[in-house]
Amino acid sequence: MSLIEAPRTPTRGRRTGGINWEKWGWIYMRASGVVLIVLIFGHLFVNLVAGEGVKAIDFAFVGGKLADPFWIVWDGLMLWLALLHGANGMRTLVNDYAINPKVRKVLLIGIAASTAILIILGTLVITTFDPCPAGANPALLPSFCEAL
Amino acid sequence: MPEKSASNLVAEPLSPPKIRSPRRPAGTLYRGNEGMWSWVLHRITGVAIYFFLLVHILDTALVRVSPEAYNAVIDTYKTPIMGLGEIALVAAIGFHALNGLRIILIDFWAFGAKHQRVLFWIVIAIWLVLLAGFIPRQLMHVFGG
Ligand code: HEM
Ligand code: HEM
Repeated sequence: MSLIEAPRTPTRGRRTGGINWEKWGWIYMRASGVVLIVLIFGHLFVNLVAGEGVKAIDFAFVGGKLADPFWIVWDGLMLWLALLHGANGMRTLVNDYAINPKVRKVLLIGIAASTAILIILGTLVITTFDPCPAGANPALLPSFCEAL
Repeated sequence: MPEKSASNLVAEPLSPPKIRSPRRPAGTLYRGNEGMWSWVLHRITGVAIYFFLLVHILDTALVRVSPEAYNAVIDTYKTPIMGLGEIALVAAIGFHALNGLRIILIDFWAFGAKHQRVLFWIVIAIWLVLLAGFIPRQLMHVFGG
C-alpha cells in the first residue's frame, strides 16, 4: 500500500451512527483545559507562591489542607480532569507516532491501565486520608491533632 | 508533439520574472512559523507535565504510608536543583495553559483563526509577565533564608 492515497479515495470504515467519541474527546480537551487553568494555577499559588512556598510543605501542611472538604473537592477535580486530559493527549501522540500497530496497541493499553490505577489511587488517597494517624510522632502532625 | 506544444513558451518575457526558487524548502503560512512552533511547544510541554503528574500522584500517595515517608520525599522538592525544576515546570504549564487558550480561541472564533500569529506573541508576552512574577519569588523561597 502506498503511503499517500490517491485523491478522492473514499474513507474506509466510516461510522454509521453511534456516539462520536473523537468529537467528545476534542470537546473534553477544551472544556477540561479551561477548568484546569483555575484549578492548577490555584494549586500552584497556594503550594508554591503563598507564604513560604515549597518550604512550607510537609505532612502537617497536607493534613491541614485535606481536613477541609473544599480542598478535597479541588484536588479530586484536578486529579480526574488533569489525568484524563493528559492521557487523552498522550493517546493522540501515540496515534501520531507509533507506526507499528502492535507497539501502538501496547502503548494505548499502558496509558489506559496507568490512568485507571492512578485515578483510583489518587481518589482513595484524598478521600481516606487520616491527618492524625494513631501512634505517629506528634511533632509531624497538624496542630489540631493535639485536641484529639 | 513536444516541439509543437512548447513553441509558445519559448519566447523570452520582456522583464525577467521576480519570483526565484527558494534556497531551502520554503515555509508555508503554517510550516516553520508561529503556527508550527506553538504546536511543537504545546506537545513537548503537555508530555512533560503528564510525566510530572504521574510521579506527583505517587509522591502525594505517601501521605497514606507515614508522615516520615511523605516528609522525606517532599524535602527533596525543597533542594536548589528541584527549586529550579519547579521554575521549569511552571514555565511549561504556563505556556501550555496560555497556548491552550489560544487554541480554543482559534477553534471557536473567526478572529482567532485569522490572527493566530498575533495571538501567539500575546501568549509569549503574558507568559513572560507570569515568569517575571514567579521566578524572583521562587528564588527567594528556595535560596533565601
Ligand atoms: C512543583 C509544583 C507543585 C507542588 C509543590 C505541588 C504540591 C502538592 C501537594 C503538597 C499536594 C497535596 C495536597 C494539596 O496540597 O492539595 C498535591 C496534590 C496534588 N497535586 Fe500538586 N503540586 C505541584 C504541581 C502540580 C501540578 C502542575 C499538577 C497538575 C498537573 C498537580 C496536581 C496535583 C493533584 C492532582 C494532587 C492530588 C493528588 C491525589 O489525589 O493524591 N500538582 N500537590
Ligand atoms: C492548564 C490548563 C490546560 C489547558 C488550557 C490545556 C489545553 C489543551 C488543549 C486545548 C489541547 C488540545 C490541543 C489540540 O487538540 O490540538 C491540549 C492538549 C494536550 N494537553 Fe493540555 N491543557 C492544560 C493542561 C494540561 C495538563 C495538566 C496536562 C498533563 C497532565 C496536559 C497535557 C496535554 C497533552 C499531552 C496534550 C496533547 C498535545 C498534542 O496533541 O499535541 N495539558 N491541552
